[in-house]
Amino acid sequence: MSKIIASAATRGAYSIVEKAEAKLAEAKESKGAQTAVEFPNTAYYLPVIYGLTGEKVQVLSDMDRVLSIARDLLPEIPSEKLWLPYLGTTLDAGIAALLAEECIEALRYVVGPPPVDEFWLGAADDVIMRARGVEFVDGSAPGFAAVVGAAPDNETAVRLAREMQEKMLYVFMAGSTNGVSFADQLRAEGVQLGWDTRLVPFDSEVYGHIYSLGFATRAAMAFGGVQPGDYERILRYNKNRIFAFVLALGDVTDEWYATAAGAISYGFPTIATADIPEILPTGVCTYEHVVSNVPCDELVQRAIEVRGLKIKITEIPIPVSYGPAFEGERVRKEDTYVEAGGQRSPSFEWLQTLDAADVEDGKIEVVGPEIDDLEPGATIPLGIVVEVAGRKMQPDFEPVLERQFHHLVNFAEGVLHMGQRDLNWLRISTSAKDKGFKLAHLGEILRAKLLDEYAAIVDKVQVTIYTDEDKVLEWRDKARASYAVRDERLAGLTDDTVDVFYSCSLCQSFAPNHICVVTPERLGLCGAYNWLDAKASNELDPTGPNQPIDKGELLDSNLGQWSGVNEFINEKSNRSVERMSAYSLMTDPMTSCGCFMAIVALMPMCNGVMIVNREHPGMTPCGMKFSTLAGTIGGGIQVPGFMGIGRGYISSKKFLSAEGGFQRVVWMPKALKEIMRPHLEAVLADMGDPDFLDKLADETISASEEGVLEFLTSVNHPALTMDSIF
Amino acid sequence: MTEETKAAPTGVDKSVERVSLDPTANEMLDIAAARGIETVFSRAASMKPCTVGAEGSCCKLCAMGPCRITGKGKDEKRGLCGATLETIAARNIARSIAGGAAAHSDHGRDVALMLKAIGEGEIEGFSIKDEVKLYKVATYMGIETDGKSILEVARDVGDKALQQFGQQTGELVYIDRAPKKRQQLWRKLNVVPRGIDREIVELMHRTTPGVDQDYESILDASVRAALGDGWGGSMLATDLQDIVFGTPVPVRSSANLGVLKEDHVNILIHGHEPILASVILDAARSPEMIELAKSLGAAGINIAGICCTANESLMRQGVPPAGNMLHQELAVLTGAVEAMVVDVQCIFQGLADVASNFHTLLVTTSPKAKIGGSGLHVEMDEHKPLEAANSIVRQAVENFANRPTDPFIPTAQSPLVAGFSHEYIRYMLGGKMRASLRPLNDNIINGRIRGLAAVVGCSNARTPQDVGVVHVVRELIANNVLVVVTGCAAITSGKHGLLTPETMEFAGEGLKEVCETVGIPPVLHVGSCVDNSRILTILSDVVEEGGLGEDISDLPAVGISPEWFSEKALTIAAYVAGSGGHVIFGGVGSPVAGSEILVDYMTSGWEERYGGKLEFLSDPADIVTSALDAIDSARAALKIDVAQERVLFDMDMRRELDV
Repeated sequence: MSKIIASAATRGAYSIVEKAEAKLAEAKESKGAQTAVEFPNTAYYLPVIYGLTGEKVQVLSDMDRVLSIARDLLPEIPSEKLWLPYLGTTLDAGIAALLAEECIEALRYVVGPPPVDEFWLGAADDVIMRARGVEFVDGSAPGFAAVVGAAPDNETAVRLAREMQEKMLYVFMAGSTNGVSFADQLRAEGVQLGWDTRLVPFDSEVYGHIYSLGFATRAAMAFGGVQPGDYERILRYNKNRIFAFVLALGDVTDEWYATAAGAISYGFPTIATADIPEILPTGVCTYEHVVSNVPCDELVQRAIEVRGLKIKITEIPIPVSYGPAFEGERVRKEDTYVEAGGQRSPSFEWLQTLDAADVEDGKIEVVGPEIDDLEPGATIPLGIVVEVAGRKMQPDFEPVLERQFHHLVNFAEGVLHMGQRDLNWLRISTSAKDKGFKLAHLGEILRAKLLDEYAAIVDKVQVTIYTDEDKVLEWRDKARASYAVRDERLAGLTDDTVDVFYSCSLCQSFAPNHICVVTPERLGLCGAYNWLDAKASNELDPTGPNQPIDKGELLDSNLGQWSGVNEFINEKSNRSVERMSAYSLMTDPMTSCGCFMAIVALMPMCNGVMIVNREHPGMTPCGMKFSTLAGTIGGGIQVPGFMGIGRGYISSKKFLSAEGGFQRVVWMPKALKEIMRPHLEAVLADMGDPDFLDKLADETISASEEGVLEFLTSVNHPALTMDSIF
Repeated sequence: MTEETKAAPTGVDKSVERVSLDPTANEMLDIAAARGIETVFSRAASMKPCTVGAEGSCCKLCAMGPCRITGKGKDEKRGLCGATLETIAARNIARSIAGGAAAHSDHGRDVALMLKAIGEGEIEGFSIKDEVKLYKVATYMGIETDGKSILEVARDVGDKALQQFGQQTGELVYIDRAPKKRQQLWRKLNVVPRGIDREIVELMHRTTPGVDQDYESILDASVRAALGDGWGGSMLATDLQDIVFGTPVPVRSSANLGVLKEDHVNILIHGHEPILASVILDAARSPEMIELAKSLGAAGINIAGICCTANESLMRQGVPPAGNMLHQELAVLTGAVEAMVVDVQCIFQGLADVASNFHTLLVTTSPKAKIGGSGLHVEMDEHKPLEAANSIVRQAVENFANRPTDPFIPTAQSPLVAGFSHEYIRYMLGGKMRASLRPLNDNIINGRIRGLAAVVGCSNARTPQDVGVVHVVRELIANNVLVVVTGCAAITSGKHGLLTPETMEFAGEGLKEVCETVGIPPVLHVGSCVDNSRILTILSDVVEEGGLGEDISDLPAVGISPEWFSEKALTIAAYVAGSGGHVIFGGVGSPVAGSEILVDYMTSGWEERYGGKLEFLSDPADIVTSALDAIDSARAALKIDVAQERVLFDMDMRRELDV
């Protein structure tokens, strides 16, 4: 910490704390000290404050305690001569600034100006945090950049944003330079902003970066199982797990310095374009703390090095940007140059294995018209046939690889992909076409990425894109025959018919104590990994996060306990979890990380369970919203009666079979019911009650257990007469 | 800052013809010479040391001797009983080590008694200053704290500490604070101290005529007794003093005789224990005393320190040190000192003679330390310490009227920052929420900091005052070695302007960068001589933090005492070497120089056995060379002597990181 920075940051912290105090006084005056204050839909109160101090801010007067902690952290400003050590005190000042900034932002929700409008997004709720958190877990988002201020010009802003998107980083934006923010610059250039494109505009003031840090703080609590108030572990978790950094564009103010000092405690360094003092000695962050005077064209690369981040980028020979940030980008009808599938034209995608001799690696062929042969707005028939060969390729891996097409194609800027198999839907935007994107490039993408990501399985790839309608129909029949074979095989794949399950410790990067056990009939709780995925992943990386678990002896078929699984869990959980049931909520349930798609929770009065999905924002009959429930079960602990699951498990025949199966379910959000309806057909048929879903309560019926019970009684729900769930 | 300290570090200042590098000393000695007053300096010039005793070759343990084993063929010569030179030299140094261990540990015992008495509500006006540390120490000691009041915990910690002195079997509890590998080695070598007192007594027994006559065995027992000091008596003294008087945090102050004030009543506190300083300060700050001083024409009451009492009160209250141990007589020579209040250790009897030439009251306060011929003995009742302090301060203030009309106070004083407890060092590197030694380790690993050096110990009238310490400190920081100082070496550093943050300008590029980042001087004052235990804690914590080996002996670190004089210094050397540290002593030669076998054993023999060693190098330039060599060899062994590649982390690597 140079003395100049220490002095500026400390001054900035005083200024922010004073503003918070003034704003709080004003809010208490106008609204009353007992007025509720909160960020939307989070179980973590004001998360930075909650995480670092354990204080639950619920009403305005709760902020008195927080601001008094902040005050106590404010140190003397370093003296001209004979100064006392200032690094520790400045970091304290930074924390004080963060506590105060979170108060300021929360107060805006009470007294304005509103932090959210049609452009600025304000606080990310827990749904976003958990959904996006998964990407941080699996590495598809290696980190985030907290951008402060504005680039020298709009063009540079767009270039920086694209560069970060291509490097898969989230870009969180807050703070302005001369009244203009980075987000404003991107908007002016027509760049799509929002969580879907990873370009997230938080606030025009630097205070908005408290949302970036709130995201990071919640990750430690939600995924890392760190207790609120355990500031040491929250910050260390962030240093070693969340690879974020601050990009300071333009002149750095005292308040920026203060906020950056707060970020340094999280291990997030600052990389600045301005010629400010540097702090190069390492230790609080992984490497340097402040690096300055960096030209814009070196900024992102430099930041990545300073943070110690390794990002693997596969170069793909296509004329548009490529990366997960473009997955969420929309291609609207009026921007579409060519479109296929989506019930508008025959379309499919299919991957099959051939002998090595029959695959000419790198051969990409378009059979039928190319994009240049088409009129703008054309709807075409489309068949994407990928043929691979590899010594370790197995037919089981075909659907695993084929399922990647969706995101691999979607990652291209200006390309939209939905669905799969013969239900896919593709759009290519006019601007992509203008940049030279061709249908053949779909093949380039698939070849490059499959060879890269599945190097241990796939040796050769050739792609044929059919746009000739006859050919499309002809090949679609072949594909359909193959789909049918696969489905049959998949149906025969049960927990009893395989000898090994797979562990998944992918999220141990975030949740160090949790281990998933993935079986054919129970997929990983994040929903991203089923048994075949895990098998393929193990083939790719034999020492990686998916390890085969020899089932061993069957101990209890009802609960789903095997000796080998128990031994494995016991060892890998450092003896904290002795037994695990694959099919039970009540007896030795599987632990949860933080990225589960849904939660099953006991409803004791109803003798049943409820299921709530991550997307459901409302109250549930167990008295907690999803976000609060999630906070109580994450972090790798067994909580009988509560369990995180992947949605796919709901329609498994082994769903809670120890407790009587799907009949135990008494409440689900309406939207989840509709999502699950087609998948549950077989289960409901087996139950002999095809209309069973209508016997389930939902939020339109009641969000209280009493109300649900009343409804269950009226429809004669079977749970009421089943054996006691306890 | 004096002229000397402004110059960039050069070679050893050979131009020092006078007895001190410190101009104030020379000024004061001119006064002494003019008035015909003898001092330690003048006696050093007029009386040569005994050359046989100096080399450890004289055995006077029994009435058949003294036996002097010197001259040609000394290796074949024997004492009357047949004792070899190495046995004699080993017994001599062993007894010095026992003496030093006794001194530090008896100091620690008094603090433990005090803490217990506070816990039992028996000491007026004293409470617990650092509750956090109290609980931390209780945890170290395995004391249950649930459901107990603060005072009950204090009482139990005091009891447990006292038990450590009298413990007869087992291990001292603080042994557990050493790196695991070190503990295993100690157990293997059977040198884990069983009880603090027991090892000292046993060492005295072993070295009485006709007992242990194997030098290796004698020195193992010496290390064991010394470890009982470093990881016992001294460490308890430090911890319990922090609990009672507060754990130090940085303070600004100033050092040298210029801190005496012509228009104030000047009271000097000298010796080693913080309680004296604490109560004298309380008494001197009372409005009643200040009023009294004013009524007698003084502007107020000024307290300054000498020796480790200075360090204790500087670290916690910012009391300015008037000088190191060799300044005790010089301060009185100003004629501006109303009272010199002393407790224990390093207090010259000669003070009484010097004081008798002035109005200065020499006040002894410890029942253990009376000085024949001193004016006043006011015993500090451990249960009513403030009463004694009030009486002393009152008499000092009243003595202001007797001050001669022509006092001479040198103007020289250097500003300084002190107060670097090991707890604060962790804090300063990461703030409240990220406090750790990680940045220290990282910057040692990346080479900004080449290594660590503790420059400690005394001053010695047989060598020019301050020359060794100043040379070694300046050269080390210029070579990017982060220096911590304690004891008189700390005051010496302060007097010569080396404890200011601005001193980073003299540091090498890497160290300067670290100092600029943290806002620290390149030379950190970590306390008094019992606070060398803080250095043991820091070194253990550095090992624990990771990346620099598994034991203290792996660290690129050295301990240096350039101007040692007290047998306490030898004890410190023995516990540091026994803990794996490379120790270099300067100034006068080795106290076992007579026996080459012993000299060799305490260097290469100990190095093999303990991974640490004790060598004696009189020339400060040689000390620096040896220190840098030791640091560089450790760096090479750790493979951090080459630039570290920047590691970039992918997801798999992140999973390996500890959260």
